[in-house]
Amino acid sequence: MGAPAATAGSVAGAHGAADARSGVWGWITTTDHKRIGILYGVTAFFFFLLGGLEALLIRLQLARADNTLIGAETFNQLFTMHGTTMVFLAIMPMSAAFFNFIIPLQIGARDVAFPRLNAFSYWVFLLGGLFLNSSFLFGAAPDGGWFGYANLTSIQYSPGMNISFWALGLQILGIASLAAAFNFIATIINMRAPGMKLMRLPVFTWMSFITQLIVVAAFPVITVALVFLMFDRMFGTTFFSVAAGGDVLLWQHLFWLFGHPEVYILILPAMGMVSEVLPTFSRKPLFGYPVIVYSGMLIGVIGWAVWSHHMFATGMGPIADSYFSSVTMLIAIPTGVKIFNWIATMWGGQIRLATPMLFAVAFIILFTIGGISGVMHASPPTDLQQTDTYFVVAHIHYVLFGGAIMGIFSGIYYWWPKVFGRLLDERLGKWHFWLVFIGMNVTFFPMHLIGLLGMPRRVYTYGPELGLEQMNLVSTVGALLLGFSMLIMVYNFWWSSKHGEIAQNNPWGAATLEWAMSSPPPVYNFSVIPEVRSRLPLWTVGGVTEIPDVPPEPVHVPGGSYWPVVAAVGILVFFIGALVQSLWLAVGGVLVLVVSVFKWAFEPFEM
Amino acid sequence: MIRYRRSALRAKPLVMLAFAALLAGAVGCQGPFPQSTFDPTTSFGRDLAGLFGLIFWWGVGVFVVVEVGVVYVLIRFRARPDGEQPVPIHGHTALEIAWTLAPAMIIVFIAVPTIQTIWRDAGPAADNPLEVQAIGHQWWWEFRYPEYGIVTANDLHLPQGRAVTVQLTSADVIHSFWVPRLGGKRDMLPGRNNRLSFTPDSVGEFLGQCAEFCGLSHANMRFRAIVHTADDFAAWVAAQNSPHASEDSLSTLEQQGLAAFRAVRTPASNSCIACHAIQNVSFGVLGPNLNHVAGRSTLAAGVLNNTAEDLAAWLRDPAAIKPGSLMPTIGLSQQEITALVAYLRSLR
Ligand code: HEC
Ligand SMILES: [Cu+2]
Ligand SMILES: [Cu+2]
Repeated sequence: MGAPAATAGSVAGAHGAADARSGVWGWITTTDHKRIGILYGVTAFFFFLLGGLEALLIRLQLARADNTLIGAETFNQLFTMHGTTMVFLAIMPMSAAFFNFIIPLQIGARDVAFPRLNAFSYWVFLLGGLFLNSSFLFGAAPDGGWFGYANLTSIQYSPGMNISFWALGLQILGIASLAAAFNFIATIINMRAPGMKLMRLPVFTWMSFITQLIVVAAFPVITVALVFLMFDRMFGTTFFSVAAGGDVLLWQHLFWLFGHPEVYILILPAMGMVSEVLPTFSRKPLFGYPVIVYSGMLIGVIGWAVWSHHMFATGMGPIADSYFSSVTMLIAIPTGVKIFNWIATMWGGQIRLATPMLFAVAFIILFTIGGISGVMHASPPTDLQQTDTYFVVAHIHYVLFGGAIMGIFSGIYYWWPKVFGRLLDERLGKWHFWLVFIGMNVTFFPMHLIGLLGMPRRVYTYGPELGLEQMNLVSTVGALLLGFSMLIMVYNFWWSSKHGEIAQNNPWGAATLEWAMSSPPPVYNFSVIPEVRSRLPLWTVGGVTEIPDVPPEPVHVPGGSYWPVVAAVGILVFFIGALVQSLWLAVGGVLVLVVSVFKWAFEPFEM
Repeated sequence: MIRYRRSALRAKPLVMLAFAALLAGAVGCQGPFPQSTFDPTTSFGRDLAGLFGLIFWWGVGVFVVVEVGVVYVLIRFRARPDGEQPVPIHGHTALEIAWTLAPAMIIVFIAVPTIQTIWRDAGPAADNPLEVQAIGHQWWWEFRYPEYGIVTANDLHLPQGRAVTVQLTSADVIHSFWVPRLGGKRDMLPGRNNRLSFTPDSVGEFLGQCAEFCGLSHANMRFRAIVHTADDFAAWVAAQNSPHASEDSLSTLEQQGLAAFRAVRTPASNSCIACHAIQNVSFGVLGPNLNHVAGRSTLAAGVLNNTAEDLAAWLRDPAAIKPGSLMPTIGLSQQEITALVAYLRSLR
């Protein structure tokens, strides 16, 4: 690679780096947060489609009573992988794509705090996702549910490799999430441009920041649980073995102590995106910015005190039930406050219903429904008729599809022009929106009723005597509609990348810093690090110092590195060793990891 | 810059249509719904349903306020070509306080009855309850009546009007006991004891199903609660406690069946007696107790009718009917099957 800093000329920095960036090798060794963001996005979207395909198969099997399309074994694998994929391989990393691309731009930084660690996170995530899904090739995809309750997952009741794939795969993904979380915390704290005070941070960055703090606290918890499980399975420990005095509920407490905060890991970034989109398309600043920020924090804190609302049917007794129920309901308050503030943001505005805005509004509409059904099973007595039924399936999909995915879609349409330099087609976008919106409701709304009328979750078949066949069929039709809508989205990506309108710096007329430079942004992001003087820099006269088109001085852009990839491969090899119980492979993996981290640490800064 | 089309508006009738179709679909559904939670037959179940009704209407209220608000704002404040720059309001403290307090109030209105209900249903059962031990197995239900010395499977017989306490546990993994029309579900946890108390007040058959994912055939772990009048229940108890017909009184075919049942097979774990108990015949505990099996409403935990054909199909290849079934495919001859069916159906 060239030595860009040495080359004369003002934009030489950019040129030198551009050469090094070309080709596949450039992508593999990249440490540019924008490219890593794109890699995250593409990979996560691919997994999203895969998880969607799994869901379609599930719905096809349930379209009729006593259907024989898909057998019990495959069905159990499908719903396990659907949940695991959507949570860990689709929604979380799609949010990560936005963290990567947008946060440094929003805070006025040239990159994240640790660019190579960032690359490492991505590669570990990718390899972890492939590791998990490779189980399909061996006919041993995980089949214990995304929640993997003990003691069904013990070697006694699940002797195959299925659960091992799951337990080890999640640990790999945990490493990726933790590395990324530390990175973004450091970035947001340390890399802000002068004047970008905490209370001037765009709300997306704020919500992401809170999300990362939750990740840092939550992933160790599930890691502990997974290590217990792995030790039980591999080394004969008895954490969850009843015969030896272990306790099956230990798993549930650990899992949900992670699992509930995980819900906020999934939803807070989407709330952040919506909080960017609504003001832009209402041409009004966000109403109650500090309240939205504080309620985000409050959600992040209270979210830790409610985990056992997933366990009301386990018979915890009236004291625990009363406590977990009340605290869970408390969360409705900050959530409600957010919703009212969003509506107030639109109030009195000049609302343009462009595609990003449509998705953002749909987020409010649908997430509200999910919140209401959530309060219903926050009440233990009513939950006893709802937990483990399709009612809860309806609830989580209103929260995670109506909420997280709608928010992310809004973000995709909103930031796409910044990322790729062309706008997505509005007509296709609207078609996509309406089909998703209708499809989503047709799929998931009947599930409320299906559950209350007595259909449990995770059943590969049900009898005609339940009287639920028609409603299930309706739901399946909705799912097909949803599947079709995704085709339109993909077509829009493809079409617009060729013919889409060329994006100006700020095609939507937004207020935040990422819209101050060209679309897509130059490698170095900001020609000069700006000074920020307002929470809405582009809407305020003098809100930010001038950012020239051409850097006045050469900008140093670090070269790439392949050590993060090698380190990630080392981790993969270690876990494959654990899977096949080969000490040599495991030791080999650790060696590769140690060597590559060493090399990485002493890599010369200039390459 | 982008031009904003009005096509979004044109699609609205479509949404209306979809919702109308949905509603029609839901309302005009076939029914009846034997596992419905809306139709409780115990005071416990009515307690839950009543609380649900209360929360539901609060939910509807919130839904209407929010969604009407959103729709109103969208219509009222749609961008107009001559639209002026909106006033940049950043917030309003009184409003923030108001809409913090409003949900807080609603929460109080929901939380108080919730906690009252929790404590009411947690109280001890009424005097002299009938105690039943329910034990979950992959993928069937064992019911024991210590008071009467009865052990049976997959049919939970109960008397009308007498309080019941169901003691819940599991022999293997976690299951969950759920008969929606009798009330809420409760998990059956290995190594722990749980309890559900209720008093059935209507005679009838109520469908139930395992609600906690418990492995391959979780979907096939169903059962029935059969509530009798007090007299009918006494008659059922008496029938269960009456001895089976003596060996000599069995027909030849039935005797052959008994022999086949007693036969020690290779491997020995394939012998019926290794897993099943029949009074005066065997003591196996891995599978359902087969005393009076001919009188059960279903076979194999609700997935088969209790008929000669279905029983024969079950004996031929259990896993074909119930994936992963822990009853092995034994490789019985057609003759053995016919004899076994005859014998088992004599166990009335
Ligand atoms: C290895 C243990 C085992 C052996 C051997 C075995 N069974 Fe079973 N049997 C089971 C189990 C377990 C079930 C419950 C299966 C289910 O419903 O999932 C069962 C269920 C049944 C049922 C249905 C009972 C009900 O109420 O639904 C009948 C009848 C039956 N077995 C008969 C037999 C006969 C006859 C033999 C010998 C030819 C036999 N079994 C051998 C374990 C065994
Ligand atoms: Cu939760
Ligand atoms: Cu089950």
